[in-house]
Amino acid sequence: MSFPLLRVENLSASFTTYGQTVPVLHGVSLDVPARSQVALVGESGSGKTVTMKAIMGLLRQPPARITSGAIYYDGADLLTMPEKERLKLRGTAMSMVFQDPMSSLNPVFTIADQMATILKYADRRLGRVRSSRDRMQRVYDTLAQVRMRDPERVARAYPIELSGGMRQRVLIAMALLSETDLLIADEPGTALDVTTQAQILKLLKDLVEARGLALLMITHNLGVVRETCNSVYVMQKGVIVEKGETAALFEAPTHDYTRSLIDAVPRLTGGRRFGTTEMPA
Amino acid sequence: MTGTSLAPQEARRLSNAYQNWYRFSRNPTAVIGAAIVLICILAALFAPFITPYPEHVGAVVNFRARHQPPSLTFWFGTDNVGRDIFTRTIYGMRISLLLAFVVLGTAVPIGTILGLLAGYFGGWVETVIMRVTDIALALPPLVMALAVAAVLSPDLINSLLAIAALWWTWHTRLIYAITRQIRTQEFIEAAETLGASKFHILFREILPNCVSAIAVKTSLDCGFVILVGASLSFLGLGIQPPTPDLGTMVAQGAGFLPDFWWESVLPGLAILFVALGFNLLGDGLRDLFDVQEVR
Amino acid sequence: MEFLLFLLRRVAWSLLVLFGLSVVIFIIARAMPGDPVRLALGPRASVEQVEQLRETLGFNQPLIQQYGIYVAGLARGDLGRSLLTEQPVANDIRQTFAATFELVLSTITIAFVLGVPLGVAAARYKDRWPDNVVRIIAIFSAVTPSFFLALLLQILAGYVLHILPTTGRLPPGLAFSADMTGLITIDALLHGRLDVFFEGLRYLLLPSIALAAATMGQIARITRSSMIDVSSQDYAEAGRAFGIPERVRVFKYMLRPSFVPPLTILGLEFASLIGNAFVVELVFSWPGMAAYGVRTILQKDLNAIMGVVIVSGVFFVLANLVIDVLTGIVDPRIRIRGRR
Repeated sequence: MSFPLLRVENLSASFTTYGQTVPVLHGVSLDVPARSQVALVGESGSGKTVTMKAIMGLLRQPPARITSGAIYYDGADLLTMPEKERLKLRGTAMSMVFQDPMSSLNPVFTIADQMATILKYADRRLGRVRSSRDRMQRVYDTLAQVRMRDPERVARAYPIELSGGMRQRVLIAMALLSETDLLIADEPGTALDVTTQAQILKLLKDLVEARGLALLMITHNLGVVRETCNSVYVMQKGVIVEKGETAALFEAPTHDYTRSLIDAVPRLTGGRRFGTTEMPA
Repeated sequence: MTGTSLAPQEARRLSNAYQNWYRFSRNPTAVIGAAIVLICILAALFAPFITPYPEHVGAVVNFRARHQPPSLTFWFGTDNVGRDIFTRTIYGMRISLLLAFVVLGTAVPIGTILGLLAGYFGGWVETVIMRVTDIALALPPLVMALAVAAVLSPDLINSLLAIAALWWTWHTRLIYAITRQIRTQEFIEAAETLGASKFHILFREILPNCVSAIAVKTSLDCGFVILVGASLSFLGLGIQPPTPDLGTMVAQGAGFLPDFWWESVLPGLAILFVALGFNLLGDGLRDLFDVQEVR
Repeated sequence: MEFLLFLLRRVAWSLLVLFGLSVVIFIIARAMPGDPVRLALGPRASVEQVEQLRETLGFNQPLIQQYGIYVAGLARGDLGRSLLTEQPVANDIRQTFAATFELVLSTITIAFVLGVPLGVAAARYKDRWPDNVVRIIAIFSAVTPSFFLALLLQILAGYVLHILPTTGRLPPGLAFSADMTGLITIDALLHGRLDVFFEGLRYLLLPSIALAAATMGQIARITRSSMIDVSSQDYAEAGRAFGIPERVRVFKYMLRPSFVPPLTILGLEFASLIGNAFVVELVFSWPGMAAYGVRTILQKDLNAIMGVVIVSGVFFVLANLVIDVLTGIVDPRIRIRGRR
């Protein structure tokens, strides 16, 4: 078996507040092979966001502390590599789609400004030279790729001039600006209405498949997982309690917690279990 | 049943008071501020007993001891007619505190009531009160006091009047903002549904929720009123000589700078000290009560 | 478009405040106890003289009509005649206002140039030593009376260190007339007189620092809390995830959205800034409007005093209009929706 693009190995972390140390991750291990879509599922407080932040290098230390384990990206340990090396990866090789389209865009800058700035510093980190005109072209192209009808108008707009769905697409476009291999998505679209969320997920899935990206999807909603991912890790109280291929896991969940998560997924058909109802391909 | 259900409530209230006290005592800003304020108030109250030369408050002249530097006999030195500056500073503090208490004693209740009315009733009541507030905010209290002093006569009472006539606006704005937030909350709706009187809602439901904000704001304001008052007397519009006043003392001493620096610097530091105490106390209370509305 | 409406609303508000101001001042000048005519002529004037002046000033007409005459005068820029200088008050104020304006401008510049970085540093190192230092600076600058700080600066920089001049706007021997804007530093630059510019700056420095301290402390505090607010927003975090350098993230992505509260506070504090200018100008013999006001008040020069009060109020209102426009430029939410 080849080494996966991202491997989290035996990761443990704790938080210290008011002099009390609370462990939040207990030996979490997960693999995201290249070109595959993996979900990390759990309810709020299960530790999935901490895991995500640890991978992205966004954990504030203190109060957080990684007590043991390793995070390998393309074979190199992110936790031991020099900060400078790591900065080169963040926002370029590995990128992130933020969850809340209302608060994740800076309200006082235009979309064009925010996207061009991201690209500018990504270029600088990678030692790429690009004129500001080319940079704007790249911004428009990326906005077009997330199916914005009028990219130049969207680019000129401020966040408050866009709808929630449009802002979420801008957030996806931001993550795709640079040539990314790994995309980490934090519950994309949960702040939107169901129809828009479905469109966003479809868009994300199409883009990931078309570009051959690896996707790590952080979510509490197994329904989302079934639509977008081929394997699943279920997390509870800082421990991975179950993992497997999506279909197999839905077919025969072994852990009670997974079963309760599956039961929590709203469904239209009358079947008692997903295993017994027809699943769309 | 009632007896047993009251007991834990009582215990909770006690432990709340204890928690508040604990958090207060762990907040150095609040503790230092409270200590300074307490020292100033006590000194002002017992001025005749703690000052070495209480007779120097009046128009006493002692030319042989003029312009003495600080020493064991005269802690803060003496002024140009030989009066003990320490004594006069303590008495001056009296005037400053009196000024703050009188101004805020009138401005805070008026400002609070107007803020409650504007915030709760809305409509034309709100429009009238808040527009008047806007107008009053445009006038610098110091300039206004100058104008009033010019028309009437330059003395403490008129200055007080002028400051109080503008100061209520800050409290109105604060209480208005809080009341507007509270008005939409469910316990107000519940009280309205139960047929509570407007008076009850304003003063028994909303007002208690403003108390901590008022306390913080008032404490901070004490310091600022003292500063404005001192500026007025520095300009010669405060209490008239020979009664000691900190601002007047700084102004008079300024004529003898830099050789006899203590004559203006020490009374000036006294103003700073009082204002610092109230400011630290207000700052500490803001942290303690977690009132973000007061800036 | 929305912003235009927002501005129109603010202009209407300003007009309303100005109207209110004129009423308040009219009441102080005419309706309060004390006889302005007697005040103007002094205690030795005869009854006939008083009656005659009363007639010429229209004081025998009903109050409403008097108010009408008064406002009509204001609208023409007529503030009456000063008893002290025997010049029209409007002229006196025009001559002195430029000095005050220059002082206030440089004060605001200093307050922002020092206050904002202090606030940013405090927020960046929250609860660590820079935060505590800024907190101490902010508290002390808020509680030090301006006149006292002015005196201290005068002793320290003027008498002890002999590094800066302590009175006036320019050295007595230097011939220069600020004939374009009235601001010495600006006019010196326009005339290409660098020597005058630097002299002017040297004279401006101490009074500006004395006046700026209180506002600077406020701005530092507000910038701090507003930066802390913004730093907990997702968009501040997003900058990190996209690998944007810390410097750009703090000074571009976080500072600009944090910038409206300090501007707002400046607007609110502007009245007390003008008030403090009075004492600071007096200490430094700065030939501004405030010094003029204080001089005339001690002389009971009623027209001059009311003129100063009115101009102070108008200054406040206009400054707040400018600040409103600035907030719209800084924050598109205000520009587009007319609010935040």
